[in-house]
Amino acid sequence: MRVLVTGSTSLFGGTIVNQLIDRGDDVSVFQRHPSGIDVLEHLGDVADADAVSGAVTGVEAVIHVAGLASVSGAWETFESTNVIGTRNVIDAARRNGVSRFVQISSPSVAYVGKSLIGASAGSADPTTTRGHYATSKAIAEQLALAADSSDVSVVAIRPHLIWGPGDTQLIGRIVDRARRGRLAIVGTGAALIDTTYIDNAADAAIAALDGALDLGGRSFVVTNGQPRPIGELINRIVMSAGIAPPRIKVPYRAAKTGGSVAERIWERRSTDSDPPMTSFLAEQLGTAHWFDQRETREALGWVPSVSLAEGFTRLAASYEA
Amino acid sequence: MTEGPVSSATLPPHGLQGLKSEWSRLVTTSGLDDIGRTWHILDNGVQDPKITLLCVHGNPTWSYLWRDLLVEASEDIRVIAIDHLDMGFSERTGTVRRLSQRIDDLSALTDELELTGPVVTVAHDWGGPISLGWAERHVGQLAGIVLMNTAVHQPAGSPAPSLIRAVRLPGVLKNLCETTPAFIRGTMALSRPRPSKAVRDAYEAPYLGRGRRAAIATFVEDIPLSEDHPSSSTLDAVAAGLTDLEDVPTLLLWGPSDPVFSDLYLQDFEERLPNASVHRFVGASHLTPEDADVASAVYSWIGQLGTDGQPLTTEAVQEPLWSAIERRATDQDVAIVEMGPDGASRSVTFAEFSNDVERVAGGLVELGVVRGDRIAMLVPPGIDLAVSIFATWWAGAVPVLADAGFGLRGMGRALRSADAGFVIGIPKALAAARTMRWPGIRISTGPMSSAQQRLTGSVASLDDLRDRGRGVTLPTRPGPNDDAGVGFTSGSTGPAKGVTYTHHQLQAQRDALVRLYSIDASDSLVAAFGPFALFGTLMGIPSVVPDMKVTSPGSLTANALANAIAAIDATLVFASPAALSNVAATAGELSSDQAAAMANARLLLSAGAPVPVETLRAAAAVLPNAQAHTPYGMTEVMPVADISLAEIDTVGVGEGVCVGYPVEGVDVAISAIDEHGSAVGALTSDTGVLGEVCIRATHMRDGYDKLWLTEHYASQPVGWHRSGDVGHFDDEGRLWIEGRIGHVVTTPVGPVTPVGIEHAVSLLEDVELAAVVGVGPVGTQQTVVVLTLVEGVRRPSLADEDLADRVREITHPVDIAAVLVVAALPVDKRHNSKIDRTRIAAWAENVLSGGRMGRI
Repeated sequence: MRVLVTGSTSLFGGTIVNQLIDRGDDVSVFQRHPSGIDVLEHLGDVADADAVSGAVTGVEAVIHVAGLASVSGAWETFESTNVIGTRNVIDAARRNGVSRFVQISSPSVAYVGKSLIGASAGSADPTTTRGHYATSKAIAEQLALAADSSDVSVVAIRPHLIWGPGDTQLIGRIVDRARRGRLAIVGTGAALIDTTYIDNAADAAIAALDGALDLGGRSFVVTNGQPRPIGELINRIVMSAGIAPPRIKVPYRAAKTGGSVAERIWERRSTDSDPPMTSFLAEQLGTAHWFDQRETREALGWVPSVSLAEGFTRLAASYEA
Repeated sequence: MTEGPVSSATLPPHGLQGLKSEWSRLVTTSGLDDIGRTWHILDNGVQDPKITLLCVHGNPTWSYLWRDLLVEASEDIRVIAIDHLDMGFSERTGTVRRLSQRIDDLSALTDELELTGPVVTVAHDWGGPISLGWAERHVGQLAGIVLMNTAVHQPAGSPAPSLIRAVRLPGVLKNLCETTPAFIRGTMALSRPRPSKAVRDAYEAPYLGRGRRAAIATFVEDIPLSEDHPSSSTLDAVAAGLTDLEDVPTLLLWGPSDPVFSDLYLQDFEERLPNASVHRFVGASHLTPEDADVASAVYSWIGQLGTDGQPLTTEAVQEPLWSAIERRATDQDVAIVEMGPDGASRSVTFAEFSNDVERVAGGLVELGVVRGDRIAMLVPPGIDLAVSIFATWWAGAVPVLADAGFGLRGMGRALRSADAGFVIGIPKALAAARTMRWPGIRISTGPMSSAQQRLTGSVASLDDLRDRGRGVTLPTRPGPNDDAGVGFTSGSTGPAKGVTYTHHQLQAQRDALVRLYSIDASDSLVAAFGPFALFGTLMGIPSVVPDMKVTSPGSLTANALANAIAAIDATLVFASPAALSNVAATAGELSSDQAAAMANARLLLSAGAPVPVETLRAAAAVLPNAQAHTPYGMTEVMPVADISLAEIDTVGVGEGVCVGYPVEGVDVAISAIDEHGSAVGALTSDTGVLGEVCIRATHMRDGYDKLWLTEHYASQPVGWHRSGDVGHFDDEGRLWIEGRIGHVVTTPVGPVTPVGIEHAVSLLEDVELAAVVGVGPVGTQQTVVVLTLVEGVRRPSLADEDLADRVREITHPVDIAAVLVVAALPVDKRHNSKIDRTRIAAWAENVLSGGRMGRI
């Protein structure tokens, strides 16, 4: 299959590309910077409709990974990359006769600010989302699914907290803070959180690609299906990196209040870095977030092949290397 | 009586919660009051129904009360719920309509509706007498009667008449019922739990404005409290007419917390309609259909109407429960010994015992005990208890065995639900009974000073009964199908449930134990476990109650056990795990004589709760010649299966606890559970099928006392008992128990049962006790281990990664989402051993959602 993957410089995009290559698909990639992967590469910004159009020409399928993920930043930057970018890619796909389209989305598109306990996917709703990232991704998913038709099957995949060796987002930040002694556990550390090991997330995206013709218009939350207390997850991550577990605990309320204060300060400072805590992040860290995976597994015909335990072994090996 | 309407009947406004406008219609009964009257009714309009429910509300409600019955009705059941004239949305006639008129009204309505097929009347509150009046006139088409919190008579002792009189005081009645909506709101306030605002508003909707409430006051006025009341003769006739309805299937659904129609009214109906099925919704109050799931009860009950609901009965002729004591009536051998502290003891011979039973039975008859009366036993195991129970049987009555382990509140609830007319108790228990206002005429076991009599309110002692019972002719002994006793389940979830046994069932239980443990005349029994205290006497062998605190089985010492064995050369020892644990712990204090006495026992039986194999082994070591066994069973049926210590060692570790092979005469089958944890499978005895353990035996319970719905659910298929335990058969045909059905963790990859994992985890050397619970929605739950450490902790926390790793290594392939360490795990009070997983699960659910990590 001729497949275009956008955003392949990200850990997730790159992993998908490599798995597609391994199984013999004809892969091309599109993103701003060179990926270093030996495939047909188009460089450009998803916000640039012409550049996108050129990349999509001649492919049968698109996996749209490219996006801006951050807990802070101006709305315009999220809108440009996540909303306009997605509109450009899906429009180009429609015009160029692409038959399968996998939109990489996020569980936060259906998040209404309470703990999620064995939750099902829910519809993306930008009116209830928290923060610019989630709102922009919710609009993007709606745009993508609205394009689902008899010509192009659109499936949305929402992996929750992807991690693995080489991950600079979640793992990188946690380890970095732990090294600086600035990592704290929010609340009791007992809130159950679902995560997704990188290879499993990539498998799920490819399963969605393969099953797209039967799954058009649907969205699926993807996780390892092994929720763990947030405190245990963080301890295991930092221990994999050879660092002692954090000792500091911040009460949930304090974290949430402190987070909203930090957000306001960071907004005024207009810096590129993320604030150390936001109220959204406090909620994410202090309340349960785990999902009902039965429908996802049934529909995609997919199960995670790498368990959490195996994932942590691989993570530790990557730090030892 | 030809006044036109004060205001016409209308349809209810749209949007009343739970009410569909398509149900509502207006019906005019042309002949009524010469000019015709118009009704509002709810009617689901089913054509050619199998059965029609005619639902009649009371005061001050309306047909809205029955909306759940309309929602839940199956396709072949028509539900008609009426608004009385001047009530609900029916016409305001401006007339005063008394009971007889209302019965006429209802009959005119059903004529108008051309209701000809089979009808089940359903009524609440003062709808009861009206519906019964209708029923008595329509016996030919009457298929059943359902009554909820109502009355046809004011039973003695009810506070209701004085309440009603107070309401009727001049000035009060109009003000309370008509001028203001206070009576409606007061009625709603009785509901438990409190209905939502939307529901309360819906009840009030037809009664907005005093002009619409006149009939609420009239209804109260129409309750006859004296014989000269205009409705008195009608109500008496309705009550008297019930004798003609005795054979009509009847279901009495009751909210016992009703301050008006209390249990006294239920008992009045039970006497008038002795064949009625009864379900008391413990905790529910006056507005039964709001407070309890009456729709499930009504439809389950209707579903089984006309089917043969009789469980299988045995053809075998068994000896009555007193055959052994009659056989030994002149025998001077010791029957029962009670060991006291410091070697003191009290004993009775078989001859003395049967003589004593006869006299006490006579005394009970003299005191007014009649056939079928229930007598609660608040007496510790021993001679007095055995005498009291046998005497109760010979007086034609039924013993009720509550359990001191329930605590005062639980005891009171149990006694009230059992409706015991008499209580035999030790002074301390009677004082509690009086203080707590438990029902029943009180009889003390020992003689009392007049001060004690005042304190306990007892009318007689057993000695008084002995005196008064001399030469009294006893009634015919109870037959095999008469009730023989009421026991109680432990009620670890919710209130204790009364379990009824008939005589043939208890006979079968006695015989099952005799068969199972090859008990014969050469045996004698140490009864260190309360419920078994009577079995020696039932079997006709000597028994001894060792010196121990009844309420604390763990107080049995090795010394006390040895002394008890020595007293009667006992060959059998029946005890609870807690008692055996302490016996093993105190074995070092035995003298050489005592140790020698221990060697006399040939059988050690641990009963009452699952026994840890270590406890059984340690206790067996103290009784060197005894084979250690433990039966599996429950209050409802015991024994079901049996396993010896040797077999436990042979089978080793597996999924759950191996309880051995089903015993002779007991059928055991499995009803497989589905992904939601519901036991839906057809009964099977196939190897490896996980499901609810279902049991059939002649020594099984007869039913649940005044819990018709509970009994119905627990008796599927008919004749079987659903135990609530989950387990499986291994390939040798042995039964393994894996936990309670409510404790099955329903993970996305299938059900996970707690017992096997808990046992395996507790074998970790630093772990003391472990509980396995599920969190999250049914079908996609995560499995969680909550444990205590040998070292102990002060505050709950996440397990460290090392412990979590070790736990997960054991539980693999079951994925454990979290391992939590706590200071203590809650266990049930009665057995001090069953882990309260329901409570632990609720705690874990909160903690793992990000809540506070407080105590369980």
